[in-house]
Amino acid sequence: MKIFATYNIKGGVGKTATAVNLGYLAARDGHRVLLWDLDPQGAASYLFRIKPRVKGGGRALIKGTKSIDSAIKGTDFDGLDLLPADFTYRNLDLLLDAAKRPARRLAALLAPLKDEYDAVFLDCPPSISLLSESVLHAADLLLVPLIPTTLSVRTLDQLTEFIGGFNGHRPDVLAFFSMIDRRKRLHTQIATELPAQRPDFAATMIPALSVIEQMSVRRAPVTAFSPRSEAARQYGHLWQEARERAGLTG
Amino acid sequence: MREFVLDGEAPRDPDLLAVVAGAVSPDLAWADGGRTRASRRSWLDTFDWRLYRAGLTLEQAACRGRTELLLTGRDGDLLASETLAAGHEPRWPSLVSALPAGPLRELVEPVAGVRALCPVVRAGSKVTQLRALNDDAKTVARLDIDRMSLTFPARADAPARLTLTPVRGYGAVTDRIGEAILRVPRISAARGSALETALAAAGLRAGDLPGKATSVQLSPSMPAAAALATILTAQLDALEANVPGTIRDIDTEFLHDLRIAVRRTRSAIKLCGRALPAGLASDFRAEFRWLGDLTTPTRDLDVYLLGYARMTAGLVAASPADLCPFHDYLMRSRAAQYRRLAAGLRSARFAQLTTSWRAALEDVRPARKRPAVAQLAAARISAAQRKAVQTGQLISAASPPESLHELRKRCKVLRYLVEMFGSLHDPAQRWQAVRELKALQDCLGAFQDAEVQRAEIRAFAGQLLADRSVPAETLLAMGEIAAGLAVAQREARREFDGRFADFASAASQARLAALTRTDGLTRTAGA
Repeated sequence: MKIFATYNIKGGVGKTATAVNLGYLAARDGHRVLLWDLDPQGAASYLFRIKPRVKGGGRALIKGTKSIDSAIKGTDFDGLDLLPADFTYRNLDLLLDAAKRPARRLAALLAPLKDEYDAVFLDCPPSISLLSESVLHAADLLLVPLIPTTLSVRTLDQLTEFIGGFNGHRPDVLAFFSMIDRRKRLHTQIATELPAQRPDFAATMIPALSVIEQMSVRRAPVTAFSPRSEAARQYGHLWQEARERAGLTG
Repeated sequence: MREFVLDGEAPRDPDLLAVVAGAVSPDLAWADGGRTRASRRSWLDTFDWRLYRAGLTLEQAACRGRTELLLTGRDGDLLASETLAAGHEPRWPSLVSALPAGPLRELVEPVAGVRALCPVVRAGSKVTQLRALNDDAKTVARLDIDRMSLTFPARADAPARLTLTPVRGYGAVTDRIGEAILRVPRISAARGSALETALAAAGLRAGDLPGKATSVQLSPSMPAAAALATILTAQLDALEANVPGTIRDIDTEFLHDLRIAVRRTRSAIKLCGRALPAGLASDFRAEFRWLGDLTTPTRDLDVYLLGYARMTAGLVAASPADLCPFHDYLMRSRAAQYRRLAAGLRSARFAQLTTSWRAALEDVRPARKRPAVAQLAAARISAAQRKAVQTGQLISAASPPESLHELRKRCKVLRYLVEMFGSLHDPAQRWQAVRELKALQDCLGAFQDAEVQRAEIRAFAGQLLADRSVPAETLLAMGEIAAGLAVAQREARREFDGRFADFASAASQARLAALTRTDGLTRTAGA
């Protein structure tokens, strides 16, 4: 089982769109996939038409009084399941703080699912917190969407440095440019130059396209409702890179 | 997952769905689940239903250019599947070795054994999928409506099967949908698998085997002649059912089962023929002997070839490769004998035998009620039991092999009689009664098979030598096999005394004698 996490300290950079589309593509490839919507806003749950509610809330999951298994819902797509968001996830930091070895708690919660799923996608809320740290410890590959600005790249460097300080397991990082506006010269310039210079950058870039915004209207991954669109094509390339980087075979 | 059967003049899909949705929730809606999926389906099993009896179902499904083999267990759980390479689908019937190597074959092989897999049903299937949606237009369950049209063993439309599958996490609402479906007129919970539904449409049942001994139900007071006609008709059914498979040479067991039916018929005629109308038994005795003799050479060679791998595995000095010319010789001989056998089974003589025998059995109208079949069975079983014990008691360490063969024949007669009149006795009591007899028969069978095969291998060696067609290594290896057979025969002979003592023991004989008490007949036998 490979664990992918879409992570960025900033919001609105395309984390959920990435998790939803890559999750869908992984399932379409025949992998058994679980997407955990960790964001209390529940955007991924909304896109899959699943109510953002977990019996017992985040407390029951973190404390282990309710198994993750029993909270999982099937999406409308074969092979793709979702662990929905819950509004109580806003307190996950506090709950983790009360748990033993909080930074490793998420990995421990996911361990029993290793025979059931080939790939898990963690869709993280925008923050830097105990929850983020637990996600970073659990993940095999961090997918970091970045808007092409100098500050974004600086944030990535801070993240890489932070991970470099981990003892033991460290996730691999695959950053990629997202929401690229080709009319902006700075976007084009940074997006063209950086990936060639840095090994932690994907060659794929996700453009800012209205069809991606349509996802919230259609309530489905763009890769499902518009599989021949440019957006779907780029997510396809990104999935190939991520899959190879994580060593997910089959 | 829940399955339903939609029978006869059932409501059309839109009506059905409206009824179901209305009963579950006003917010529940149905949506088309995509294109109708058409497939060609074949279910495979051995002629004697070995997979079905072991709780396995093997299906070959071809859909959109992709052919898959699916092996499911008793609860419909998928145990193994294989995708067949395009253009390399096995032509059924075939032996299990035609399946691609892998987990599916590994599960099927020990169950099917030497029997070929034959299509038991072929059907075209059209599956329409519907999705049940909640108030968020989220799929909570899927309903597959499968309409099958059979093309084999008969042309017929099977009742549609509905399969309701919950989406994970939506079990409760799916249960409510399932309950609502059951309230729709003419829909019922499916009682069997899709295979069983398809067979029922053709008027058949899984596991049915023509002429099965246990399928003959006799009443103790039935006139003996009528009972015998029933028994012999069942044997004729079994014989005829195995003819096409023998002629097509599908697997060795068709011939084996055909021979059993012939032997049982001959035994019944010999032992109980006097209970039939005058002249009937004597008219057919010679013809059934001809039929038995026709089948013997091919079966003998089959036995050799079936045991060939075991024989070569036991070689110590010689190498299996040394025996290749012998194997080729066996194959050539078998091919020649099989041609003779197939010609005989296609002959007018054989057709005349089966047609006139069936007509004669149908004409049996007992003039007298006595003897009743229970009395006939008791008298014959009792006599056969006595003769078997007496024959065995005469055997000493110095007795020739023929005396053991004679006892084997006596035991076979006894066993046939017990099986022939089986429905007159309680099955558990019958099983107990023949326990020691079976063990003795196994021992005598091992002894006699080794005796016959030793004689045959000498004859084969003589022929091969006369043909000057084999190297010395082959003859030496054959000699080693003959030696191995002699060892096996000595082992069986050593075992014999104990086996016979068990059979002849007072307890064993009392259990057999209990079958001959006419006051001890089971109530079910009279039903």
